[in-house]
Amino acid sequence: MLRRASMLLARRPILAARARPFSTDLPAAPSADATFTEAWTKVIPNMDPPKTPLSFMQPRPPTPSSIPSKLTVNFVLPYASELATKEVDMVIVPATTGQMGVLPGHVATIAELKPGVLSVHEGSEVTKYFVSSGFVFIHANSFADIIAVEAVPLDRLDVNLVQKGLAEFTSKLSSATTDLEKAEAQIGIDVHSALNSALTG
Amino acid sequence: MAMAALRREGRRFAPLIAPRPITAVRSSPIVPTHEDEGPIGVRYISTQVVRNRMKSVKNIQKITKAMKMVAASKLRAVQTKAENSRGLWQPFTALLGDLPSVDVKKNVVVTISSDKGLCGGINSTSVKISKGIYKLNSGPEKETKYVILGEKAKAQLVRDSKKDIELIITELQKNPLSYTQVSVLADEILKNVEYDALRIVFNKFHSVVSFVPTVSTVLSPEIVERESESGGKLGELDSYEVEGGETKGEILQNLAEFQFSCVMFNAVLENACSEQGARMSAMDSSSRNAGDMLDRLTLTYNRTRQASITTELIEIISGASALEG
Repeated sequence: MLRRASMLLARRPILAARARPFSTDLPAAPSADATFTEAWTKVIPNMDPPKTPLSFMQPRPPTPSSIPSKLTVNFVLPYASELATKEVDMVIVPATTGQMGVLPGHVATIAELKPGVLSVHEGSEVTKYFVSSGFVFIHANSFADIIAVEAVPLDRLDVNLVQKGLAEFTSKLSSATTDLEKAEAQIGIDVHSALNSALTG
Repeated sequence: MAMAALRREGRRFAPLIAPRPITAVRSSPIVPTHEDEGPIGVRYISTQVVRNRMKSVKNIQKITKAMKMVAASKLRAVQTKAENSRGLWQPFTALLGDLPSVDVKKNVVVTISSDKGLCGGINSTSVKISKGIYKLNSGPEKETKYVILGEKAKAQLVRDSKKDIELIITELQKNPLSYTQVSVLADEILKNVEYDALRIVFNKFHSVVSFVPTVSTVLSPEIVERESESGGKLGELDSYEVEGGETKGEILQNLAEFQFSCVMFNAVLENACSEQGARMSAMDSSSRNAGDMLDRLTLTYNRTRQASITTELIEIISGASALEG
């Protein structure tokens, strides 16, 4: 019995230490959580309020006064996080307005991506991915979040299939009748021609 | 007929003793429950009944153990996917923050639940939280609608909130979960439901024994504009340059839709993990319960068997001693 008591006592601080990662209330935004929890407990006193995503996230650092030397990149896909808080020198993203280079200290931007090549420059090495589409958020604290639906390294693309796909969609566009079919065929053509230029260029 | 009944019970029977003195006690209805000759009021269940019950409890224990293992293997498969998708919603929360207490006119609560049962209390928790959010956001000029994913939440919500349900989607896990499927689903929801704020209620998977009910809020582009203009949480959003597109509104529209599909994808995966984990623990406690029941039944069986043997011996001996002397 004494042994169990000592085990419980020993286990307590470990549990408290482990509970901390889940109860991160961001210093910048606890008020949203607080108003929600207050409103909840007023209306439904019997149940614990549900958690919100803020409590599961690591807080982001605030905007530094001087431009940092490296850009921190998060590159996420639905199936994996390709790059998670990786420090790089520059990334070039295929925004809808063209290839956009992002350096540390870039102005805060939200940009939509079109199918194209994303390249990550770290020192002398360049990693290239073909992204289908997505969004990029550049924050003022030199954090860049790139969210893409699909991204593959360029060496996984097959030239022949790309050519075939391009031909197929071009013929589909010419034979399309409804607006929806035309739009779908156009999207197919855009993606395949981007793939083509990615492989050749 | 009494003899046949006795033979069925497999009791030994000394040929000398005529069954007559004992039949009076033994002739009872179809299920032979026989009174003991001992203290008044003591009854023993027949061993056959106990044996049948033991067999069925043992079968149930085997089934629940198998279900637990199946759930464990399914959990392993979905868990890697869910953990990989966790990075997906974080950029959106980093950009747009999280405003569960936002005050809007049209709320839509998306409740995610499972199709199959026997998974503990997670579906009831989701439904309770959804109803809580409904109550929280009720007021003049405000309306809250439900979009239900999964049979179990449908069964519970149809009972009292039938008029508030917009869409019901079931059989989500028939094919393995993929982003394309969820984005088509998100598209359907966004097309058919008018919303100012979407609140997605699901169980976040922390570990095999811990599932936390969570609500993620996705705001429509108009509300995002409104909140960013009024300052506060989203005040910094104005400082972001918006590249491309004709208007900022177009980009924000795409952003909201993309955010919804990403958050839905993560939510559906987390809920699937929670479902399997809850099923594992439910089946585990069920097997343990069945094991306890089996132990108790074995004791009862042995007691009954010994009591019947003792009764037989008493009869034999008393019969023999009556004959002798």
